[in-house]
Amino acid sequence: MAEYSALSLLKNALSGNKDWKPAWRKPEPKPSYDVIIVGGGGHGLATAYYLAKEHGITNVAVLEKGWLGSGNIGRNTTIVRSNYLLPESIRFYDFSVRLWENLSHELNYNVMFSQRGILNLAHSPAQADEYIRRGNAMCHGGGDGVWLTPEEIARKVPGVDLSASARFPVVGGLLQPRAGTARHDAVAWGYARAADRLGVDIIENCEVTGFLREGDTIIGVTSMRGEIRARKVAIAVAGSTSRVLRLAGIERFPIESHVLQAFVSESIKPYLDCVVTFGGGHLYMSQSDKGGLVFGGDLDGYNSYAQRGNLPLVEEVMGEMVAMFPAVARLRLLRSWGGVMDMSMDGSPIITKGPLPGMYLNCGWCYGGFKATPASGFSFAWTIAKDEPHAINAPFTLSRFERGAVIDEKGVGPTPKLH
Amino acid sequence: MSARRATGGGLIDRSQPIRFTFDGKTYTGYAGDTLASALLANGVTLVGRSFKYHRPRGIFTAGIDEPNALVTVLKDGVREPNIPATGIEIYDGLTAESQNRFPSLEFDLAAVNQLAGPLFSAGFYYKTFMGPVIGPLKGTRFWMFCEHFIRRAAGLGRAGYEKDPVRYEKMNAFCDVLVVGAGPAGLMAATEAAKAGKRVILAEQDPRLGGSANWSGEEIGGKKATEWAEVKAAELTALDNVQILTRTTVWGYYDGNNLAAIERVTDHLPAAPIGVPRHRHWSIRAGTVVLATGALERPLVFPGNDRPGVMLAGAAERYAREFGVLPGEKIAVFTNNDSAYRAAAALKEAGAAIVAIIDVRPEISPAARALAEQAGIAPLTGHAVTDTVGKRLTKVMVQHFDAATGRLSGDPRPIEADCLVVSGGWSPAIHLASQAGGAPVWDGKLQAFLPPEPNQKWVGAGAFTGALTTAEALSTGRDAGLKATGKKASRVKLPEVAAPALDPFPAAVFEIKAKGKAFVDLQHDVTADDVRLAHREGFVSVEHLKRYTTLGMATDQGKTSNVPGLAIMADARGLPIEKVGTTRFRPPFSPISIGSLAAERHWRFKPDRLTPMHDWHVKRRARMMEAGLWHRPMIYGEPGETVEQAYAREAAAVRRSVGICDVSTLGKIAVKGPDAAGFLDHVYTNVFSTLPVGKARYGLMLREDGIAFDDGTTWRLGEHEFLMTTTTANAGKVMQHLEYYLDVVWPQLKVHVTSVTDQWAGAAVAGPNARKVLQACVTGTAVDNETLPHMGIVHGEIAGAPVMICRLSFSGELAYEVYCGAGHGRHVWEALMAAGEPFGITPYGLEALGALRIEKGHVTGAEIDGRTTARDLYLDWMLSKKKPFIGSALMDREGQIDWSRLRLVGVISLDGRPLGGGAHIVEKADGNGLGTSIGHVTASCYSPALQKYIGLALVRGGKARHGTRAFLSDPLRKRFGQVEIVSHHFFDPEGKRLHG
Amino acid sequence: MLIPCPHCGPRDLAEFSYQGDATRVRPDPASTDMKAWYDYVYNRPNPSGPHREYWQHSGGCRAHLVVVRDTLSHEIISVAFAHAGLNTAEGRQ
Repeated sequence: MAEYSALSLLKNALSGNKDWKPAWRKPEPKPSYDVIIVGGGGHGLATAYYLAKEHGITNVAVLEKGWLGSGNIGRNTTIVRSNYLLPESIRFYDFSVRLWENLSHELNYNVMFSQRGILNLAHSPAQADEYIRRGNAMCHGGGDGVWLTPEEIARKVPGVDLSASARFPVVGGLLQPRAGTARHDAVAWGYARAADRLGVDIIENCEVTGFLREGDTIIGVTSMRGEIRARKVAIAVAGSTSRVLRLAGIERFPIESHVLQAFVSESIKPYLDCVVTFGGGHLYMSQSDKGGLVFGGDLDGYNSYAQRGNLPLVEEVMGEMVAMFPAVARLRLLRSWGGVMDMSMDGSPIITKGPLPGMYLNCGWCYGGFKATPASGFSFAWTIAKDEPHAINAPFTLSRFERGAVIDEKGVGPTPKLH
Repeated sequence: MSARRATGGGLIDRSQPIRFTFDGKTYTGYAGDTLASALLANGVTLVGRSFKYHRPRGIFTAGIDEPNALVTVLKDGVREPNIPATGIEIYDGLTAESQNRFPSLEFDLAAVNQLAGPLFSAGFYYKTFMGPVIGPLKGTRFWMFCEHFIRRAAGLGRAGYEKDPVRYEKMNAFCDVLVVGAGPAGLMAATEAAKAGKRVILAEQDPRLGGSANWSGEEIGGKKATEWAEVKAAELTALDNVQILTRTTVWGYYDGNNLAAIERVTDHLPAAPIGVPRHRHWSIRAGTVVLATGALERPLVFPGNDRPGVMLAGAAERYAREFGVLPGEKIAVFTNNDSAYRAAAALKEAGAAIVAIIDVRPEISPAARALAEQAGIAPLTGHAVTDTVGKRLTKVMVQHFDAATGRLSGDPRPIEADCLVVSGGWSPAIHLASQAGGAPVWDGKLQAFLPPEPNQKWVGAGAFTGALTTAEALSTGRDAGLKATGKKASRVKLPEVAAPALDPFPAAVFEIKAKGKAFVDLQHDVTADDVRLAHREGFVSVEHLKRYTTLGMATDQGKTSNVPGLAIMADARGLPIEKVGTTRFRPPFSPISIGSLAAERHWRFKPDRLTPMHDWHVKRRARMMEAGLWHRPMIYGEPGETVEQAYAREAAAVRRSVGICDVSTLGKIAVKGPDAAGFLDHVYTNVFSTLPVGKARYGLMLREDGIAFDDGTTWRLGEHEFLMTTTTANAGKVMQHLEYYLDVVWPQLKVHVTSVTDQWAGAAVAGPNARKVLQACVTGTAVDNETLPHMGIVHGEIAGAPVMICRLSFSGELAYEVYCGAGHGRHVWEALMAAGEPFGITPYGLEALGALRIEKGHVTGAEIDGRTTARDLYLDWMLSKKKPFIGSALMDREGQIDWSRLRLVGVISLDGRPLGGGAHIVEKADGNGLGTSIGHVTASCYSPALQKYIGLALVRGGKARHGTRAFLSDPLRKRFGQVEIVSHHFFDPEGKRLHG
Repeated sequence: MLIPCPHCGPRDLAEFSYQGDATRVRPDPASTDMKAWYDYVYNRPNPSGPHREYWQHSGGCRAHLVVVRDTLSHEIISVAFAHAGLNTAEGRQ
C-alpha cells in the first residue's frame, strides 16, 4: 500500500483520485490467531499495531462489533494531556504524550496532534494550591507545567471572564504547554491502516458472543462470524467491559458504565487557541480545526449503556460555559451526543494479564481514554507479548482495589460517578 | 417595487416598509419578510461563501435547512454568527453581514482553493502535513504551522469576545399533549386534543401558524388554506387550555417525554422590551407528544448545483406565495417528482417566466401536466440538468436522461435562466422521533426514511409520517389528536381539501453523473466524488462516510444532504439504501443559543451563600473569599496592610487577648432518636455512646474503603439528641452519607437526621480573654471553668437572644463556639463585639484561622484530601478497637499501611521566606531545584507565635523524618529553599493554653 | 428522565442523587471476611438492561428509593422506598 504524502496526493489528484486504495483490508476471519483483540476502538487498534511493530506478533485479529472506531475513540472531546497529580499517572500519560508527538510520522497518517496547551483555571487560593501541587508534580515527573497569572490568562485566552464580579473569580491557571488536541477518528484510522499494513486482520461487524474455554483457560471466542481460536485473547472494550466479561462468566467487576455527553458549537473563525477547563464546575473546551467549540462536562451520573444523556446535565454544562466565557451565550449549540464510559473505582484504568488464564484486559478508562491511546496500546501489547506488565502499566493492576493501593487522582473513593 | 417583488399576494405587509443593512448597504423590505426573502426581493442572490472552496453561494431554502445563506447579525453590541438568512425576520435597523470571505463577498481571495480542488479531496488532511522527521519542524511543529493557516481558512462567521449583555430564561411546563408543528396536521391534532379538554401546548418554529397552508395555494374547507389556518389559529388561541408558542423550535426529545424547546422571544424586534428575555428555554413534560413536524425537501445532485440562483422548488414556492417574492425572472425547474410542478405554477402566477421544466421521469401524472400547462410550458420529460453556468446563474445545460439506467445521451443544450428550482423528493422530519430512540425505517416508494415505532409516548401526524398530502395531514392530525387524548370519537369535522392530485412518489434518482463538481453537502463542500472516494478507501459505513468526508456535519446538520449522500454511497456499494443504514439524529434538531440553555445561570452560575453576619463583615472591610458556595471573610484588612500583615495581626490578637470568627458555615446536623448514640458509634471511628449529656467530642469519619472522610465535633444535647458539626465543604456529603446508612443499611435504627446548617449562626470566641468576654455578656448561665469545662456545653442568653455555648478550640486557645438562631446572628455577634471591646476583641478571617490551626497542627480538607488514612494523619488514637465502624474493615489493607505513604509532618522555612501550599519536598535538589518528590506542603503561613514561616506537609515516612532537613521545590512559583521537617504540633503541643 | 417518587409523585431527574447499585449487601459490621467487604465496596454487576439502583430524592423528601431502570433505554421499571418499612401503610405511620 502506498505511503501517504503531499506527492501521493498530487499524483492522485492528477489522475482524478481514482487510484486510492482502501485504508485497511476487509478480510474474512481465519480459524485461529496468535492473538485476538476484542474491540476495534483506539486502544484495541493501537494494541494490534504495537504487537506487530514492537513484538513482531502479526498473526493478530481485531474483532469489532460495529464499524471501526464506533466507540469512544470517535465520541470524545479529543484532548491529549498528562497534567496529572499522582506519579503513576504522570509517568503513564507523559509516556503517552511522547508517543503522540511522533504519532503522525510513525503511522504515516496525520492525526493532527496540535500541542496548543491545556489551561486549568483556578478560582480560589485553595484550588490554586491544589493545581500548583499538581503542576509541581508534573515538573518533578519529567513533564511540563507552568503557572499563569490572571493577566497572562487574559492575553492567552481572550473571552475568559476575569472580572472580580465573576461568580468564581479566576486567581490563576495551570498550563501544560505540551498538551493539546488531535483528530479523534484519524487515530483509529491511522492505527488501523498501520496495523493492517503489518498484517493484522481487522474484522468489522464481528460481535463476540462468547468465549471458548478449556477448563478455566480462554482459548478463543465465538462471534457473529463463527468460532475463532487464539493463544491469547485480549479485551479492550471500554464502555462494554462488564458486558464482555459477563460472557466469560465474570458477573461482578469494579467497573460501572456511565453516560458522558459531549457538545459542539457551530463553526466559527479561530477563537480559542488552547484547551481550557473551568474550575468552578466541571467543563473543558477547545476549538476544532473546523472551527466548532468542542466541550463537555460531568457525567450524567447514573449507570447507562444508552449513548444518550439528559437535559439537566446539558443545562448545567451550558451554564458553566457561559460562566467561563460570557460571550459564548450568543453562539449556538450544533450537536450533542453521548458515550458510554468505563468508570473504575478509583478513576484510573486497569491494564493487566487475566483475570482468567489466556485473557488480557484493558479497561476502566473513565473519560480519559483518548489521550492514553498510544501508551495504552503500547503497554497492553507489551503485557500480552511478554506476559508481564511494562513499567508504565505495572501499577494499574486489578488487584490494587483489594490491596488498597488505589490510584485516586480525585480522592473521591470507590464512587465511580465522582471520578 | 422591484421586479422581484410581486405587486400582490403573500403574507407580507406592503404598508410597512422596513429598512435593514446587509454588508453595509441599506435595503428595504416589508413587515413579514425574512432577511432571505427581502434580499431576494432586492435582487441579491449572492449571500455567502462555502466552507472549503469559498465558492459563491446563494439562498437555497426558505427555512432552517438552509446550508448556504448564513450571515452574522450585529445586535445588542455583540456578534451572532452563522444565522440562516432564511430564519431572520427583518426589523428596522437590522444589521447583517456575510461571512467567510476576504476581502469581500464579491471577490474572495480564498476562492483560489477551487483551483486545487482535486487536492482537497475528502480525507486529504490525513495524508499530508506530517512534515519532516528531523530538524526544527519535526514532531508536531510542521503540522501546527500548517494548522494555523487551515484554521483561518476554515470556520464560518467570526464570533466576538464581548459579554452577551442580554437575559435568557427557562420555563418548566407541563401538558397533556404537546403538538410539535402547527401545519394542517398539527392544527387538527391540537384542536382535537383541546376539545377533549386536555392541556395542550402547540409549538411552531415559524412566526405564523399554518405551516404548508401558508404556501400550498390549496383550499381547505372551502377557504384559501392560509385563511383556514388563520381561523383555526384564532379558535385555538381563544381556548384556555391551549398554549400556543410561536417562533419556538422543539429541539430535543429526552427520556420520560421531556422535550426541550427554544422560544425566540425578541429576535424579531429591534430591541427587547425591559424584562423580556431574548430567548426562553422550555423544558416540557408532555403526557403525549404529537409529532407533526412535516417534511424537508431534498435537492438533486448534479454538477453546478451550488450556483447562486439554484434553489429548492418548495422554497421558491414559499417565496412566491408567502412573501410575494420571485427568486428569479426566468426560472427553470428540475425535478424527479410532482411537487415541483406546483412550485412552477405558483412562480408563474406570481409573475415569473417558467423557461423549462426538466423532469428525469419519462412519464408524469395528469395533475402535474395540468400544472405545467398553468405554468405555460411543456415539460422536458426524460431529461436532466448536467451543469450550470455563471457566477450568478445565467444558463443551465440539459441532456436526455434515462432514469432507469442513469445514463445521459445526446448533446447538452443550454437553456437561459437566472434561477433553477430543484426538487429531489421529500424526507419526513423524523429527527425528534429518532432522538426519542429507535432506528428509522426506509420506504422504497417515498425514497425516504420513515419514523421508527415509538418507544416513548408520541404519535405522528402529517408529512412526518410520510403522508404528504394536505388531506392526509388533516386526517392523520385528527387521528393523532384523538390517540393522544385516549378518546374514541372525534369532536372535529374533517374539512374538504381542494388540491391537485399529485403523485407523491419520486423517481429513485438522486444524482446526475456528469463532469464537474456536484455537491451533496453544500455547506461543507462535500461532492459526489468525495463520497465515492470514501467508498474507494473503505469508509463505507454511514458513520465513516460522515466522519471521513464531513458530510452532514455542518450547521444545517445534513438536512438536505443526508439521503442523497447515503444514496450515492449505496450506489457505489451496489447495495439498496436500507442496507447502508442511516445515522442516528441527536439533539438539537437545529442549532440553539447556548445562552438560552444557560438561562438563569447566565450572570449567576451558582447561588451565593451568605452568613447572617455577612453585611457586618463587608462593612468592616473584610476581603471575602469563596468557600464552597459560601462567602467568608479572608482578612479584615486595615488600610495599607498586606494580606500577611493582616492575618498575622489577627492571629496574634487571638493568642494575646481575644478574637472572634464567623463559623456559621460549618455543617450542622441534628441527630435524634433512641438509637442516635449507637448510630454515631457506627459513623465515627471513636465512641460517642459514652459521651455524657452536655459534653462535646471531636470525631473522625472514614469512608467504607478506610480513607478519612470528615471530622468535626458532635455535641450531646440530650440522651437521644446530638448536634453534629462537619467541615464547611463536606456538610452536604456527610448529610447524604448519614441518610444513606439510615435508609439503606440500618433501617432498623430509630434515628432521624436533619440538616440545620442554615438554622444556626455561630461565632468562635478565642483567646486568653475569651471567658471574660462571655462573662461580660452571657446571662442565664455561668461560664466559669467548673460550669463550662473544656468540651462542655451550656445554654444561656446574650443580649436577650438564646444561645448555646460549647467550649472547644480549633486555635489551641481558651475558646468557645457560641451558637444562636440564624436570625439573631448579627445581634449576638455585635453583642460579643461590644463585650470584647475592653479586651480589644479582633475579628479574624480564614487566613488567621488557617495560621492558628497550622500552628496547632490541626488537619482540614487540605490534609483530609480523600487519599489519606487516619494513620497518615496520626489520628490513630481515634480508631476505636472496641467496636466496628464504617471503614474499620478495610482501613488496614496493605496498600493503606505501606511505608511509602505520605504522612503528616510540620515544615519550617530555613531561609526566612514563605512556603507555599502545593510546593513539593525533595530530599536532594538538582541544579534546577528538582528532585524526587517525597511529598508536598498542604498549607503554610507566617506564624506569629513562632515568628517563622511554617507549613503542614504530607511526606513519605512522616514522623521518621522529624528533625531532618529537605528542600522545598516549587518550580511553578520558582521558589526553592531549605526546610526542616518537624512535628506538626508546632505550638503548645501539650495543649496547656486551651485549659486557660 | 422522570422518577415516580412514592412519596412526592413523579419528579424530574434533576431532583435526585444517584447512589448506585442496590444489589450489594453490606457484610455484618463485625465481619472480617475481607472478600465480602471487597465485593461490597468495589464490585458491581453493571448490567446492560434492568438495573437495581438507589436514588435519593435529595431535592424532595430525601428518601432513598430502589429503582429498577433499564440501562439501555433509561425506562423506569419499578420504584420503591429503600427503607422497606416505608413500603407498607403501617410502616409509614
